[in-house]
Amino acid sequence: MTAPPATAAISVEDRLRIEELYARYAACLDDARFEEWPDFFTDDCVYRVVPRENYDRNLPLATLSFESKGMLRDRVYAITETLFHEPYYQRHVVSGILVTAIGDGGYRVRANYVVVRTKTGSLSEVYSAGRYIDRVVDEAGMLLFAEKICVFDSELIPNSMIYPL
Amino acid sequence: MDTLPRPIELDWHPGACARVPYRIYTDAAIYERELDRFFYGGHWCYVGLAAEIPNPGDFKRSAVGERGVVVVRGRDGAINVVENRCAHRGVQFCQKPHGNAKTFVCPYHQWSYDLKGNLLGVPFRKGVRQGDRVNGGMPDDFELSSHGLTQLAVEVWNGVIFASFDRDVEPLRAFVGPEVGRYFERVFDGRELTILGYSRQRIPGNWKLMMENIKDPYHPGLLHTWFVTFGLWRADQRSEMIVDERGRHAAMVSRKNDGGRSDAVTSGVTSFKENMVLHDDRVLDVVVEPWWNGPTVTMLTLFPSLIVQQQVNSLSTRHIVPHGVGEFDFVWTHFGFADDTPEMTRRRLRQANLFGPAGYVSADDGEVIEFSQRGFAQEADGETVCELGGRGQGGADHNVTETLIRSMYGYYREVMEL
Repeated sequence: MTAPPATAAISVEDRLRIEELYARYAACLDDARFEEWPDFFTDDCVYRVVPRENYDRNLPLATLSFESKGMLRDRVYAITETLFHEPYYQRHVVSGILVTAIGDGGYRVRANYVVVRTKTGSLSEVYSAGRYIDRVVDEAGMLLFAEKICVFDSELIPNSMIYPL
Repeated sequence: MDTLPRPIELDWHPGACARVPYRIYTDAAIYERELDRFFYGGHWCYVGLAAEIPNPGDFKRSAVGERGVVVVRGRDGAINVVENRCAHRGVQFCQKPHGNAKTFVCPYHQWSYDLKGNLLGVPFRKGVRQGDRVNGGMPDDFELSSHGLTQLAVEVWNGVIFASFDRDVEPLRAFVGPEVGRYFERVFDGRELTILGYSRQRIPGNWKLMMENIKDPYHPGLLHTWFVTFGLWRADQRSEMIVDERGRHAAMVSRKNDGGRSDAVTSGVTSFKENMVLHDDRVLDVVVEPWWNGPTVTMLTLFPSLIVQQQVNSLSTRHIVPHGVGEFDFVWTHFGFADDTPEMTRRRLRQANLFGPAGYVSADDGEVIEFSQRGFAQEADGETVCELGGRGQGGADHNVTETLIRSMYGYYREVMEL
């Protein structure tokens, strides 16, 4: 069993800023404004989508594993220009935002997410359920993700994963 | 009730594999025969890698066709594969995906088995004494040895575990054959493997479509922008299509080139992106490994259940687990070698972005398989065309051909009697 997450003392104002970051992030993806997605990250960010199985067993493989904003831009190009796929809407429901530590490295944040996928002419379905394990930093007054690890519980990806979580 | 299998009605011109009827992807009776003749009889199926269960007692759940199995290393170090089904009441007794066990105990009535699947004991076998009498118990002729778990035939080839419900199946190396076996041993030469992790996806298409996908060298340079643009796989490369003598297994072998424009293979190809430049090209930081001996990519299909991928520095096994005629699970196990440097491990992990359910060259394979399956549903009597490189079967010294698919269906028709 994992230990319960610690919680950090945080001002109401900072907490609201962090909550707003998550709300804006979700809105960006749900609106399919993918070109704007890398702007939520620092230049040397880490973005990973990881099956819970690998995460729990300390296996390093990720479904997606990016180590710079440049790699995120390359992913956006793939989504929009190279990966042939059936388009779908995403709807992120993010909740339980918990700031677990504050320090020089920024805010450690975890949050739950559910992403509902809707394909053209199809019923909506739960596509991915999991948690974000993030590090958020303040760069010149802007909150950005320095790390975003999406650990998904869903044992099987329903066919493919094209868009970011 | 009559339990005879439903008759199969199929209009497939004798001997012709340049056409494949849609019905073999959609008909449940054909699928049932495939399970019996390919997954449960006469064939070796992949169940895992020995490196996943390094210690005595280590186990993992896996599957052969639709049947759940447990792959376990016994106390003697040998690997056993048993069906995950208690001999008593059919309970799937093992629910943990992996772990370590001294014995297997079914939770329902505590029947216990050793790691080979032999029944060790059952509660109240001799009955329960109450006063001067004994209640119940198993009949006197109840033999523990008659009620073990189903024990599959097992062979481990340089760290890769295969199992078969058919105890009379031919030896594994003979099953694979020397032509494709050579390429199998190029990747698995006995070096110790390191497990990097798993990806699992459920693809709504018939399982054979994935076998075909990796016997189809036609599509990679057309569907996959990354392959044609960066020269990882395309029609102007030196390639060989290798097939075993029965046509069921194959190796697609090729050498990367520098990509870029070439009128013969990029003209009019919409997926080719001449001006595409990566913002961060570490995903394609390819380093030649000495054991490649030339080819930069070898894609193996071991019929019916396994694909082995070496595409530049990325290595994986891909396990096909069918679920009914129209769906299968596709389980990727990425690995490296125990003597990899940390840089090489990192490189393998970066290049893994190309593969798996979200990969730059694999995500759309799952998508097109789904679209194929939907197309098949639209016309019951339709058929696919499979004529690139002629109508014959066998190997080829180039990749502008669908011969490996035709070869597979030559074998398929023989075994399926269709």
